[in-house]
Amino acid sequence: MPQVDLKNVRPYGDTLDDGRVQLGFSLPIRYGPEAKEAARQLVIKMGLENVDVVSAHDLGGLFTYFVVYGRCIHSVDVTSLRVPRVQVEQMDFFRINDLVRDKLGRKITVVAACTGSDAHTVGIDAIINMKGYAGEYGLERYPWFRAHNLGAQVPNETLVAKAIDTGADAVLVSQVVTQKNVHIANMTRLVDLLEAEGIRDDVILVAGGPRITHELALELGYDAGFGPGTLPSHVAAYIAQEMIRKEHRTSPDLGEER
Amino acid sequence: MKLDLDISKIDKCRECASDIADRIMEQVRNVTTTTCERAVLRLLGVDGVDRAGVPLPNVVVDMAHQAGLLSDGIATYMARAAVSAGLSLQQVAEKVACRQLDLADLGSASCDCDRSAVSGAVAASLGRIRENVAKRREYLSRLDSGTEPLIYVIVATGNIHEDVEQAQSAAKAGADIIAVIRSTAQSLLDYVPYGATTEGYGGTFATQENFRIMRRGLDSVSAETGRYIRLVNYCSGLCMPEIAAMGALERLDMMLNDSMYGILFRDINMKRTFADQYFSRMINAYAGIIINTGEDNYLTTADAYEEAHTVLASQFINEALAHRSGLPDSQIGLGHAFEINPEMKDGFLCEVAQAQMARDIFPNAPLKYMPPTKYMTGDIFRGYLLNGMFNLAGVMTGQSIQLLGMLTEAIHTPHVHDRYLAIKNAKYVFGSARHLGEDVIFRPDGIIQRRAAQVLADTARMLEYVRDQGLMDAMGEGIFAGIARTPDGGRGLDGVVARSERYWNPFEEAMSAQLGLATSSNPSRR
Repeated sequence: MPQVDLKNVRPYGDTLDDGRVQLGFSLPIRYGPEAKEAARQLVIKMGLENVDVVSAHDLGGLFTYFVVYGRCIHSVDVTSLRVPRVQVEQMDFFRINDLVRDKLGRKITVVAACTGSDAHTVGIDAIINMKGYAGEYGLERYPWFRAHNLGAQVPNETLVAKAIDTGADAVLVSQVVTQKNVHIANMTRLVDLLEAEGIRDDVILVAGGPRITHELALELGYDAGFGPGTLPSHVAAYIAQEMIRKEHRTSPDLGEER
Repeated sequence: MKLDLDISKIDKCRECASDIADRIMEQVRNVTTTTCERAVLRLLGVDGVDRAGVPLPNVVVDMAHQAGLLSDGIATYMARAAVSAGLSLQQVAEKVACRQLDLADLGSASCDCDRSAVSGAVAASLGRIRENVAKRREYLSRLDSGTEPLIYVIVATGNIHEDVEQAQSAAKAGADIIAVIRSTAQSLLDYVPYGATTEGYGGTFATQENFRIMRRGLDSVSAETGRYIRLVNYCSGLCMPEIAAMGALERLDMMLNDSMYGILFRDINMKRTFADQYFSRMINAYAGIIINTGEDNYLTTADAYEEAHTVLASQFINEALAHRSGLPDSQIGLGHAFEINPEMKDGFLCEVAQAQMARDIFPNAPLKYMPPTKYMTGDIFRGYLLNGMFNLAGVMTGQSIQLLGMLTEAIHTPHVHDRYLAIKNAKYVFGSARHLGEDVIFRPDGIIQRRAAQVLADTARMLEYVRDQGLMDAMGEGIFAGIARTPDGGRGLDGVVARSERYWNPFEEAMSAQLGLATSSNPSRR
């Protein structure tokens, strides 16, 4: 294969730099030749050329659905990218607990909740509950963690009260419902409350959810954000290492690389 | 039966579930709840909101509750107030809301003589519900009633008017059943919002006006397409019986209505939920509404392979409790789901075993089959294939209601074409494999037969344990979905009131009689 130009990366279909992209979308107009042409022109405006509307379907009269291919005229300079990510060394259950025992010498208290109107506890349950997820134990099973899962639809005030009550080291917030950006206001409000109580700097504040990125979390004043595919050990390792960083103010010896 | 299941084990399960339900009913019969009484008011025709926007049923019931009157049932006081002040029931509610009338001033409910003041309203309401039943039957006989598995899709824009457009589009593409999913927080609201709504998160508020708007929208597509399009909403949370009343009055066809879902997944108090599910299911039974139970939810937190027996155990308990509200098997849409890890070897065979087992054990139930959600990752192409496998399992095991999976599950509420693609997927698989189930015989002692036998045996053991412990205590141990709840924990316990000897609920009385249930509204009569 010819050398990829990392300063000008384009989509790859079946030939380097062919720029082929697939799109699927609907327009709120009746099916017909005009609808197809409308889709084609829209896609050209998106920055694609050689546009083919390969499929168009009538969705009950009021909408038309399209599958479209085209060649993207843009490229990306990968060498200039800087993506914030959670700084953590991956560890397993045993190493994390050993680390907390040896370097911290006390249990880490974590309070977690789905806040606001959000009733979707699947994510927070996967991280916290004993049973865990994808073959990994949740934080409740970690002997060197004391985890409190407050569950669904917890008001921010309740979460903050519980954090104060338990002397929490870390606060975990799960947000699944992101329609109309309801999570942004809700997450911001929590930071405000923690600051009002004067405990923002005493806790590690972590957000998680399918639409959460580390970058977004930092922007909203959190210490870290975890997106889809996160496992309990990712969160536990981060909290443990961050705790040690905070308490020792030096980089901990994390044992041998594996 | 296709699976050669051990009949004596099935009988054993039913016997245990029956005992479990009887013990729950002993408690249920002695209490009423704020929402049960609000449902009575709604059925009596009390509607509207006060100046602060609080629904009148809440205003009246809250006042009666504070005055300690609810133990007699709200209907008695409404009747007395109507008679003594010469007002309609709606006017009574309005006067109470303006503080111009205090139900407590009427003295205690000691005689039956005033009851006649509500009998007209009771008859009118029951008549309207029976008309809805007749109208549905007429539609189903005149129009195409659909072929099982019926295609069930969800709309959830937050705006009821936009929902109607999307629902009509889906119906024209082939959907048989439209569910309007509720705004996320509604299950924990201790009131039902009022009027048409255009804002909601993750769904649209269930209000009586929204029910009416969607019903009208679907009836017009039914007329256009010649197919009866069924409407579903969510009879769950803190207002179960009220939503049932609204659905009965507005001719909904199905209601999500589980006996334990609220306890486990919304942390609603179990005494409250068991009482609420009893009356709400009675209303659904009377209105010819098919309930959908929520066993699929267990598998969003618990492992679908390891905890398969909890699904079957819950189906037995849901069935037993539904019977006690007068629901016939044909209205008990027991739920289950296709949630086994797709990476598991022979996982599809285990899904077929579970689905076929439900069909064999509950032959007359309109089983509701729920799609993969837990292992939907955002890879829409893989998700589309998973949904195809789910559809194959559904058609070959004779499921009745197939809630279609969306390829964009875990990303967003469905886009209009997501629903279209899901319907295409289902129609292809259902057509192409239409008689596969009839043609295939499962090998005796094969993987599928052995799996089903094992799940049934585990279920029998679990139900015996629950019977010995009592359901409430067993739930305290986290037997379902790994979630533990206690009898006095959770939301809504303050809305549970012991019934007095004078307790009267005219709708429970009339519906029980017509459904052939032993009347039990008054503990002294037992």
